[in-house]
Amino acid sequence: MTPAGLYCAAGDFHIDAMRPVDRALVTHGHSDHARAGHRSVLATAQTLDIMDTRYGADFCHERQVAILGKPIRIGGVTVTFHPAGHVLGSAQITVEKNGFTVTVSGDYKRAHDPTCLPFEPVRSDAFVTEATFGLPVFHFPEARVEAQKLLASQALFPDRTHLVGAYALGKAQRVIRTLRDLGYERPIYLHGAMVRLCELYARLGVDLGPLVRVDPKERGRLGGEIVLSPPGALRDTWARKFPDPLTVAASGWMRVRARARLKGVELPLIVSDHSDWAQLCATVKDVGCSELWVTHGEADALVHWAEQQGIAARPLHMIGYGEEETEEALDEAA
Amino acid sequence: MKAFAALFDRLSFEPSRNGKLRLMTAFFRDTPDPERGYALAALTDSLKFQHAKPALVRALLEERVDPVLFNLSYHFVGDLSETVALLWPKPDNPGEPPLLSTVVQTLATTSRAAFPRQLALWLDALDEIGRWALLKLITGSLRIGVSARLAKTAAAAMGGREANEVEEVWHGLPIPYGPLFAWLENTGPRPDTIDPAPFRPAMLAHPLEERDAASLDPADFIGEWKWDGIRVQAIAGVDPDGHRVVKLYSRAGEDVSASFPDLLDSLLLPRFGTTAVDGELLVMRDGLVQPFGALQQRLNRKSVSVKAMAEFPVHLRAYDLLAQDGEDLRTLPFTERRARLERFVMGLDDPKVDLSPTVPFASWDDLAASRADPAGAGAGADAEAIEGLMLKRRDSPYVPGRPKGLWFKWKRNPFNVDAVLMYAQRGHGKRASFYSDYTFGVWRGEPGEGQLVPVGKAYSGFTDQELAKLDRYVRTNTISRFGPVREVEHTAEKGLVLEILFEGLNRSSRHKSGVAMRFPRVARIRWEKPTREADRIETLEAMLEPK
Repeated sequence: MTPAGLYCAAGDFHIDAMRPVDRALVTHGHSDHARAGHRSVLATAQTLDIMDTRYGADFCHERQVAILGKPIRIGGVTVTFHPAGHVLGSAQITVEKNGFTVTVSGDYKRAHDPTCLPFEPVRSDAFVTEATFGLPVFHFPEARVEAQKLLASQALFPDRTHLVGAYALGKAQRVIRTLRDLGYERPIYLHGAMVRLCELYARLGVDLGPLVRVDPKERGRLGGEIVLSPPGALRDTWARKFPDPLTVAASGWMRVRARARLKGVELPLIVSDHSDWAQLCATVKDVGCSELWVTHGEADALVHWAEQQGIAARPLHMIGYGEEETEEALDEAA
Repeated sequence: MKAFAALFDRLSFEPSRNGKLRLMTAFFRDTPDPERGYALAALTDSLKFQHAKPALVRALLEERVDPVLFNLSYHFVGDLSETVALLWPKPDNPGEPPLLSTVVQTLATTSRAAFPRQLALWLDALDEIGRWALLKLITGSLRIGVSARLAKTAAAAMGGREANEVEEVWHGLPIPYGPLFAWLENTGPRPDTIDPAPFRPAMLAHPLEERDAASLDPADFIGEWKWDGIRVQAIAGVDPDGHRVVKLYSRAGEDVSASFPDLLDSLLLPRFGTTAVDGELLVMRDGLVQPFGALQQRLNRKSVSVKAMAEFPVHLRAYDLLAQDGEDLRTLPFTERRARLERFVMGLDDPKVDLSPTVPFASWDDLAASRADPAGAGAGADAEAIEGLMLKRRDSPYVPGRPKGLWFKWKRNPFNVDAVLMYAQRGHGKRASFYSDYTFGVWRGEPGEGQLVPVGKAYSGFTDQELAKLDRYVRTNTISRFGPVREVEHTAEKGLVLEILFEGLNRSSRHKSGVAMRFPRVARIRWEKPTREADRIETLEAMLEPK
């Protein structure tokens, strides 16, 4: 651990460094994990594309593409990327030295997601996990079931704009793709901050159907339509001009009513790109680790549970992860 | 239970009245009998069963979940029913989810000893939202911002009817209201009300505008004091077995009899007959009407202590007669109803019931003088409990709702004060993106040296254009944020003064300032006024009702 985050001395690299470093390995493109300004970045091709789209071509001096499942020698260690099922291009990073393996999962989920590869458990001696939703109250229903709620509400309130707050990277595309799989064919409207990443997903082979950027002058005519925006824009002046907007949010936090109410959400959809409690526990068992390090989130409950399973567990209390990307998404919109 | 739980879930998040109505009406239309009827009963708080104790629910969960994980979860979620609903482990054989009707019927017949096992079986069979709704229902804590009136309005809308039409047949209808739904869906006749003491939807008044007064003839109207109590209907009838049935209803048709047993004795007198009286419930001590603050001690109490009844004795001040001896009087002109009411009150001869006196006047100026000085115009020491005047057309029938041109209320000038905007919070529904709820304060001590103390919160009184300007002001003058609340700059040099109107002032130990306003709203935004010229707390203290 260094002030910049997780550091591997034997390979002299950081994983998901929170400050500019010489050599960074990046698990996925969310801004709390993928920051601009490193000298060299090793990540999957899609993650590099996402960073390029968000930060511009000069986000680092040197890019190196990691191919899933293919070991790379760095200094005294061997590094391998495996799919994490979080967002497009997301990966876990396994570091091996003298037969001891540590896997840094980044953010991950085990639920079905049509926009990215599924999580692959990797046998590891030590497993570094997130615990964003590390409490047994978090049990996430299928995204399809939640998306049906949105369509049912649209049928009940055909005159109201359904304004859906969703992270611009991953969540938005997953919600759109899930709606398409339910047979929703109308155009889906996008806040400006969503457009480039949706275009990138489409370029990388995720078919999102007809998407239209919201023309601020046309907002008054979007009654009854589904509009996606970054969560932070939901309650901004931008959201006002839609006809009687109905505030929807797609997030794992929506599992807890007080959280939804605090955000003024009228239709909470429990859709998360993170693991729920059962998935976290199942994953720890699947990787068969004897040591568990919890980077961020509700670490206490997961540490307690792991100790009861005979696994040595400790929280790392890493500050800075888990913010996902609300602030930055708004900056993009500006 | 599934459809019902989904409805409750959605209602709990829906801020707008219209949205709630549409959700409920769609539910009543799509849900078969008797499930929709039990849901309507739950929404109108008509289900009667012994509520389960939270401790029982908690004990059930503790048999199933690690206590450390339970505590961490409870701490995070903050609500016991919700925590239990989310933590309840899914069994291998969950069984069939129960219907709401099954739940309600079973609750009525299950013994206390058998109840925990039954509850566990239901929780096994339901999903998170179903468990939440069930736990809220059985612990009696379903607070989702729906009044009985709103639920009836939604049911009435199924058949394009008004809530008052449902209200007319409501009391005495047994759960699950099959005939009511049949009538609303035009597949059955209007249900016969068999309630011996039914509520009758209240007639309400419009505020008197100056231009109204100009076009109205004073000779057509009778004036009365507008009392600052609560509007009630006192009704006595006889059931088919010959027993006297007495009821006290609130203006909205809620049965409040249990809160005022000390008044029911008067209704039980044989001299009260079978009569429906419309009047004001007041606290009266030694022949004097007490201010609203005294009556507040008696409101929203499920059970009443002997001490409270002795200290705050209630009284009925009658102003209309709606039915007598089986005759519906509501179509008669007001003067005729009033004459019958006078005979009735005289014949009753009960110290706890009297007649609301009329206020004679020959011209609008006469009336304005009485309004300005009720004490000098016959109200005497009761003037403190007068909110203003009522004007009733002599020939007005008793029309449910708020008919135009028949009854007017002319309130006394409300209090006003200049206060400084301190905090702003986002509103709900259409105002969700606006900072529309304003906490304001007045000076304690010298402006600049002393500080502003918050004295109230206002949500209304401004136009949409003014709201937009206020919102912009809040956004550009924010000094800090706490969740949905923004603190707005408020010093002796910088800040915004709001002229606040309010209806009254009570002492309050809950508020730091020691005072609580009734119905504060923004009268004017004083963009030009320096904050140091805003009012002092002493000004408010002087307006307090004497102890």
